[in-house]
Amino acid sequence: MSALTRGKALLTGKYRGYVVFVSVALLLLAVAPAALDPFRLSLLAKYLCLAIAALGIGLAWGQGGMMTLGQGVFFGLGGYAMGMHLKLTEAGDNGLPDFMTWSGVEELPAIWEPFRNPVFALAMVVVLPVVVATALGVLVFRQRVRGAYFAILSQALAAAFVIWLVGNQGLTGGTNGLTNFYDIFGMYPEEDSTKTTFYFIVVIAVGVLYLVARHIVRSRFGRLLVAIRDGEDRVRFLGYNPATVKTIVFATSAAMAGIAGALYVPVVGIISPALLGVVPSIELLVAVAIGGRFSLAGALLGGVLMNWARTTFSESMPDGWIYIQGGLFILVILVAPKGIAGLAGQIGDLVARRRALRTAPAPAPEPGVKEEVPV
Amino acid sequence: MLSQLPIGLSIAGALLLIALGLTFTFGQMGVINMAHGEFIMAGAYTAYMLQGVFSGQAVLAALPVAFLVAGLMGLVLERFAIRRFYGRPLDTLLLTWGVSLVLQQVARDIFGAPNVNVTAPSWLDGRLTLGSVAIPYTRLFIMALAVACVVAIWAYMNRSKQGRRMRAVMQNRELASCSGVVTERVDQLTFFIGSGLAGVAGVALTLTGPIGPTLGTNYLVDAFLVVVAGGLGQLRGAVLAAVALGMLQSYVEFWTDASAAKVVVFAAIIAFLQVRPQGLFVMRSRALT
Amino acid sequence: MRITPLRKMAVLMAASALALTACGGTEEESGSSANANEIKVGILHSLSGTMAISEVTVHNSELMAIEEINAKGGVLGKKIVPVIEDGASDWPTFAEKARKLIRSDKVATVFGGWTSASRKAMLPVFEQEKGLLWYPVQYEGLESSPNIFYTGATTNQQIIPGLDYLKSEGKKKIFLVGSDYVFPRTANKIIKAYAEANGLEVLGEEYTPLGHTEYGTLVSKVMAAKPDAVFNTLNGDSNVAFFKQFKAAGGSAKTLPVLSVSIAEEEVGGIGVDNIVGQPVAWNYYQTTEGDVNTKFVEAFKAKYGADKVTSDPMEAGYNAVYLWAAAVEKAGSTDVEAVKKAADGIALDLPEGKVTIDGATQHVYKTARIGVIQPDGLIKEVWNSGEPIKPDPYLKDYPWAAGLS
Repeated sequence: MSALTRGKALLTGKYRGYVVFVSVALLLLAVAPAALDPFRLSLLAKYLCLAIAALGIGLAWGQGGMMTLGQGVFFGLGGYAMGMHLKLTEAGDNGLPDFMTWSGVEELPAIWEPFRNPVFALAMVVVLPVVVATALGVLVFRQRVRGAYFAILSQALAAAFVIWLVGNQGLTGGTNGLTNFYDIFGMYPEEDSTKTTFYFIVVIAVGVLYLVARHIVRSRFGRLLVAIRDGEDRVRFLGYNPATVKTIVFATSAAMAGIAGALYVPVVGIISPALLGVVPSIELLVAVAIGGRFSLAGALLGGVLMNWARTTFSESMPDGWIYIQGGLFILVILVAPKGIAGLAGQIGDLVARRRALRTAPAPAPEPGVKEEVPV
Repeated sequence: MLSQLPIGLSIAGALLLIALGLTFTFGQMGVINMAHGEFIMAGAYTAYMLQGVFSGQAVLAALPVAFLVAGLMGLVLERFAIRRFYGRPLDTLLLTWGVSLVLQQVARDIFGAPNVNVTAPSWLDGRLTLGSVAIPYTRLFIMALAVACVVAIWAYMNRSKQGRRMRAVMQNRELASCSGVVTERVDQLTFFIGSGLAGVAGVALTLTGPIGPTLGTNYLVDAFLVVVAGGLGQLRGAVLAAVALGMLQSYVEFWTDASAAKVVVFAAIIAFLQVRPQGLFVMRSRALT
Repeated sequence: MRITPLRKMAVLMAASALALTACGGTEEESGSSANANEIKVGILHSLSGTMAISEVTVHNSELMAIEEINAKGGVLGKKIVPVIEDGASDWPTFAEKARKLIRSDKVATVFGGWTSASRKAMLPVFEQEKGLLWYPVQYEGLESSPNIFYTGATTNQQIIPGLDYLKSEGKKKIFLVGSDYVFPRTANKIIKAYAEANGLEVLGEEYTPLGHTEYGTLVSKVMAAKPDAVFNTLNGDSNVAFFKQFKAAGGSAKTLPVLSVSIAEEEVGGIGVDNIVGQPVAWNYYQTTEGDVNTKFVEAFKAKYGADKVTSDPMEAGYNAVYLWAAAVEKAGSTDVEAVKKAADGIALDLPEGKVTIDGATQHVYKTARIGVIQPDGLIKEVWNSGEPIKPDPYLKDYPWAAGLS
């Protein structure tokens, strides 16, 4: 606790939020590139990409109460939009992407043609997820489908999307997905400078999107969103339309997932159905839960930490890492339902109680203080 | 054309078996149990273990044993973890997801990564031929088992004292508690039965499918969809939804292919929930969320 | 309770710092442990997830080969040290781990992969990082990366001999059943071209999603079409469901042979011998393949991993890969990728499946095609072979009917 107290003393008043933001930014922009070799740096960039998707979930789930198990769909739409463009630049004006050749496709499908244009492709990274999410949101939220129903529904969407992608190999690359990119906007993926460049792009994207999300949460609109999460019917009685608010936020989170997917492609060099299905979608949610779903910073942190832990554990003990992952995960959910971001507060609470106990003896509180967490 | 009818029904039977347990735990207790698939797996491995003792008849012998094994696993999960999360269904999803990961790895370490096999009893070897349609006995067995389970649950819920308590808790937890029902005990029992049914489903599925550590993941999404389409906690809803989905799957696959059939089924459910957002049958309540 | 932004951020910072130091830490470790008397090689297969079923066995046989070579004094007098990674049945993970092995561990070569998707995901990594991959599984051909050696069969060493066999058995009408991914789709494209040129009739072509377990409709479609034989490219769990439901519907090897190209000895147990007994399979190696080298290989494998374990084609191809690489390194006198590639051409070894020669031009190997029939004891008995090792031809250039395929 002492470090925290000292930190508190150092960073007082209303500026401390900015100070912390700037220090994290410095850490990511100056320290990390110097301390890490290009391979680890691009791994960090990968974690940050997934953290962007986690941020979107933090917004939709933590603030808006929409537990989405289908975020992989939007991640995929963004990723494929980017991947299709990269594949087309590589194939040249009349060529076909490599997988179409071995899938027996002779003519470029019409839906691919516009992705030649980089502006169109980049626009689609955001437009596609937003359109799909809005369509789904309008249908689903207006019908007041929520809670577990919405979760299962979005899960079905992810499952269907993956089966469709895999089933249309000539159009989408099937299980293999899109990979083998040799030319990323004029840069070559094997060069370290490319990795560093994309790392910086990702970091900047994380920063900007975090600020956007924070702005939404702090606005009047954000308060309305939280109100809907905690009592949708009551908000409706006050004359608001929760469906519209939820749809807007859901679409925003989808856009973030799309951007995350699009950045993931040049960073990792592949987009495939394996990244989008039911399991990876749940893993994203799990990351948010571990980081702390009620805090946007927690969601980002969870996205980075969980994926970092996965790499580290699976490298150091390829045989037993699943136990550690599963076990840690159960532990976090059990003892820290608000995630790591909430843990600091929980500990603080506990210490405060202990202190109060010393000054004025009272019945001992239960050690694992349970919080009323809104669903 | 006509031959698809029994196939559809048999898919419905399998769907119903895997979903029945979930209707309990998900429907009545609001627990989204991602480890349900692993309870199915536990049932299948129980049949495999009993094969050493009962050889060819392992499937029959395993039905009650698997019910107990999976039921007890469910009970342990309830006692030590899930009870802390009542009223927060979405958190149970995360918790049980972790449990499911661990259980899969446990199975991999105990039984090895490769699939194992359970030999079907010889009296299930054959087909019932009705005109041009032939229905394998294994599929008839699964359908019969599904029907038997539904009847047993119906009788239990509507004719027994515990069943009545269960319905009371489902309809109004607070009021039931006020009336002297020990809701904790009822919850445990519900979870035990729900998980046990998954074990029974696991035994039945050894007749048609693979038995390996990732068996549960093959069936989980389908099971959830049946429950959601049928309406939470609704026995007749689950039956109708399973039949509808089974038929849809078998006919669409007949006309197109298996991938398309899956996509169509999922799309149909999403569309259906637009019309009836809470599934086929809804428990009426004046409560506000 | 309020969570102040400060607390959140403090935790975030502390955690990121932790992550960074940990990342840096592993770097130094791997760098300093490089030993002049050791050669590091990567072993990259799925140890968890759906593909673990198959890949763990290949992983085991590769480790055994490394142990054997080390017992005989290693390569260039140095000990081979395997660096094990888990691909987790996830293609992007394969790419990440491959890069890690090359970059951080600085391995001399990597043995790994099973699915086509995992290979396609690793291919750009090995080409960009100038690494070397040994891929041990039969695959769909139409590929020849300068940074990959393929020790499994390409299509003209498995699929085409399989079709030749069906044709010689007098099968005229065939039905194609496969899982929905690259290998079955490409294989079926080749099969259709072959059928057209050889007077066979393809009655139907069906795909099911990976991991599909409901085969009632598909089996009845196959039965209704009344083919002479089925060509099966299903993968993994689906084979179990297919054969159980095929048998329940009255199918058997006598009434309708199903030639499979992804079922080896180790899968037979999971499917259940009585569901598949008598059915033909096409591979290049069986546990029962004759020869002293194989007898020793099978004995060693059982001694190390258990008497109930069986050996299969992909395991043998993985085992071969290690020996072929070691021979190439000895010949080149170095582990340098370019030198090894150059030295590899023409290397011929006596391995469990018989004589295996590396074809430098395609970086594939010469393999004898073998058709086997599944026996009641779960092993596979060879009923036909190609007589001599077949020259690998991944792009089917020597087959006029295949002209339009690639």
